[in-house]
Amino acid sequence: MGAQVHGTQHFDAKKRAELKFSDAAMETVKDIISRYPEKHIKSALLPVLHVAQAEFGGWLSPETMDYVASVLKIKPIEVFEVASFYTMYNLKPVGKCTFEVCQTSSCWLNGAEDIVKYIEKKLNIKVGETTKDGMFTLKTAECLGSCGTAPMLQCGASYHENLTYDKVDKLIEKYKSENKLRSYTDLDYNNTL
Amino acid sequence: MKVTIDGIEIDVPKGTTILQAARMIGPEVAPPAMCYYTKLKTSGGYCRTCIVKVTQGSTANPNPMPKPVASCRTEVMDGMVVQNFTSPEILEARKGVVEFLLINHPLDCPVCDQAGECKLQDLGYENGSVKTRYEFKRREYDMIDIGDKIKLHMTRCILCYRCVKVCEQITDGRVHGAIHRGDAAEISTYIDKAINNDFSGNVIDVCPVGALTDKTFRFKSRVWFTKPVDAHRKCDKCCGKTRVWLKGDEVLRVTARKDQWDEVHEFICNDCRYDHKKTSDWVIEGPSHISRNSVISQNHYEHLNELKLQALKQQKALGFMNIDKRP
Amino acid sequence: MGKKLLIHNDKVPGINTLEVYRAHGGYASVEKALKTMTPDQVTDEVKKSGLRGRGGAGFPTGLKWSFLAKPEGVERYLVCNADESEPGTFKDRYLMEKIPHALIEGMITSSYALGAKSSYIYIRGEYFYVARIVENAIKEAYAAGWLGKNILGSNFSHDCYVQVGGGAYICGEETALLESLEGKRGNPRIKPPFPAVAGLWGCPTVVNNVETIAAVVPIVNGGGEEYAKIGIGKSTGTKLISASGHINKPGVYEIELGITVEDFIYSEEYCGGIRNGKKMKAVVAGGSSVPILPTELILKTAKGEPRLMTYESLSDGGFQTGTMLGSGGFIVMDEDTSIVKNLFTFARFYHHESCGQCSPCREGTGWMEKILKKFLNGTASESDVELLWDIQSKIEGKTICPLGEAAAWPVAAAIRHFKHEFLEIAKSKKFVDISHYDRLNKKVVA
Repeated sequence: MGAQVHGTQHFDAKKRAELKFSDAAMETVKDIISRYPEKHIKSALLPVLHVAQAEFGGWLSPETMDYVASVLKIKPIEVFEVASFYTMYNLKPVGKCTFEVCQTSSCWLNGAEDIVKYIEKKLNIKVGETTKDGMFTLKTAECLGSCGTAPMLQCGASYHENLTYDKVDKLIEKYKSENKLRSYTDLDYNNTL
Repeated sequence: MKVTIDGIEIDVPKGTTILQAARMIGPEVAPPAMCYYTKLKTSGGYCRTCIVKVTQGSTANPNPMPKPVASCRTEVMDGMVVQNFTSPEILEARKGVVEFLLINHPLDCPVCDQAGECKLQDLGYENGSVKTRYEFKRREYDMIDIGDKIKLHMTRCILCYRCVKVCEQITDGRVHGAIHRGDAAEISTYIDKAINNDFSGNVIDVCPVGALTDKTFRFKSRVWFTKPVDAHRKCDKCCGKTRVWLKGDEVLRVTARKDQWDEVHEFICNDCRYDHKKTSDWVIEGPSHISRNSVISQNHYEHLNELKLQALKQQKALGFMNIDKRP
Repeated sequence: MGKKLLIHNDKVPGINTLEVYRAHGGYASVEKALKTMTPDQVTDEVKKSGLRGRGGAGFPTGLKWSFLAKPEGVERYLVCNADESEPGTFKDRYLMEKIPHALIEGMITSSYALGAKSSYIYIRGEYFYVARIVENAIKEAYAAGWLGKNILGSNFSHDCYVQVGGGAYICGEETALLESLEGKRGNPRIKPPFPAVAGLWGCPTVVNNVETIAAVVPIVNGGGEEYAKIGIGKSTGTKLISASGHINKPGVYEIELGITVEDFIYSEEYCGGIRNGKKMKAVVAGGSSVPILPTELILKTAKGEPRLMTYESLSDGGFQTGTMLGSGGFIVMDEDTSIVKNLFTFARFYHHESCGQCSPCREGTGWMEKILKKFLNGTASESDVELLWDIQSKIEGKTICPLGEAAAWPVAAAIRHFKHEFLEIAKSKKFVDISHYDRLNKKVVA
């Protein structure tokens, strides 16, 4: 409560000056912007923030938000207001893979709590924490629309459903061996595991 | 358009809201408003203290509205019938709203600069309970400076959004806004930016609680120990018409003039507000009118003079010696 | 077997591609509408069909369409609400994932009826992979000439775009969705004006749920009257139900409105009964916000008539003894379930999802969660039940948007029907988590 993002976060002008979308990301951003009438470019904010988060380390630093504001020609506070409203934008650094375990009704009825406890034990972290090696972050999430295949967790774009302890073990192994940043925008999502 | 509020009928132009119509009738029917502000477009609707019951939608469609409506954002229809203080249901609902506004409020009135002119205090006094039913830890935030003249004490904020709308509508660029969501929502600037432009000080005047206070006045005096006078000066940035709060010959603070609904007549600039703190800076017009019901009036000399005159009259009638000529 | 109109082809290999979809009769409604019907005729068919909004509120779709303001020279928009977030609901995801073209076809036909040159599909951010699937389908549709300029050589041109959200349940509320689509915080707007007059970017806008838009396809193809023959009374057509919880066969089912609840829960065609041979305790029939009902009231109305899967039958008896069809998020709980704990997950959800604009919801949802936590800690007292009741009553109907009601109703219903459970915990000062399912170590058939 009282996240105090203001006052405690530093704004690094040098870091900000170095930020730039890669050509591929810029293409995506341009495609997103083209979906809206020119004078309503701000509409592109949510999807562009997803691109920025994937592009710049899995979270939205003050510098990233400032950069996005400049790309969309809006004020930084407008970006900050939006980024802090929605749950999918990380305002703090996270691990390469964020496990978001759904905990609402149907998932709870099917043992989501046990899954959370199991992951906590297995990764030796609590909900909201990141493993020391920066590989995994564990979060709980509210209903992700996977009630019929509960319990489940989301990692990047992938939905991992009908979880069992065995499946969780396999997931951790898989992501560890891949060792790459997992984002919502990933094209290579894989829901089969 | 004819509208009846608590049994009193009034004719109002099209486009008038229920709240405005009620205010035209007078305080006896006007609902309290914590977030609505006449001079700020799209304000209102958030706090829910001004909810009323519409028992008849209009002459054309006499059905009642299914739920209580926010009177500040609902336009009247011809033949509308509204209940405010006459509806026990509304009074109970409003009591609930006040409780919601207070459960996370620190109730630190004894150390709050706003005390005495706080709308939440008034609201709690009129509609609140004596005892709280909330037993959990209240929300807390650190105090921060937004600029060198304004203190933001988020813990006291009721998220009325007036300050956001002030910056959006009367300053040349908003740098603060609402961040996060739900009961974690807070008013903040982007990183450490200061709200700094000629009209930013108006956020203090519109804030209904002690969340945004004037740092140049902080802890100088209780408001009821100061004497508000209407004053003006020639100003090239704003109207220059202000209310100057005096203690002796000292100017403790300068604010905009406010009407009976506690809304400013005209917004003023930061020059007038912060940089003219000598009585010689101002042409003093006379005592500001302060409502007798206000805490400020407890020590207000317009009111005190009146009492004094009354006392003198009585004493004279009773053959007392003039109070000033006593040995 | 009941009639299926929306997902009858869901098991056909490659149905997500335009080629296979077309081979199975896809895009016929666009052909029919553009070549043989005026926009008003399409709207008339939708009116005749009796189709009601499938997102939860159940407002007649044809009526909603007819409210759309049509001032000269002002753009109009169709926006598809694919922000499916109501706990217990996952039907839109299934439809978009399996048969994305069904939605796109519906978007084109509906847009033709509404005179919308552009439309947006707002998909919740967590469904990013689903958005990819829909985007690919849109690309295919453009390439085949179903989208773009002068579709089928007609005067009708249409562009359809996808936007992903950022993670916020409140964006399922239509005005919050529009705010979000405009790149802002998902704060519901104060109404009026309604979107039909001033919606996206201030232009007249219709916002419809995914399933509603997809249902326009069979309505145009078969005619509104034909569609209205399915179902009972004002509950016409078919409905996708997301079934979850302690049932043998969770999943998305298309039902003809009017089958009995008992049939839906126990027949092999649908849920297949309660798992592990347990007895049923309670059902949340239409997504988390609708009142929970105990077994005896969900199977039969208070009058003793069999409860049917229709808008009217489920709400028979009002909130005293009834519930709502809502979004069709059907959560079944067995005899071992703690209603209090389940309610806690709902309360936590609404607290988490409150946008924070208006005070009753912002402050009240968190308060209710904290009190329910006391029950789980074993620190609650009997007076907390009364307090909970009072708080929910002070939220309900006092807020800007229906999230207030959505948060209040489950609390009210749980206390109404299961007060003894709250009191037992309060008395014994002990919460016993009896819901234990040792299925996590077992392989589960997907």
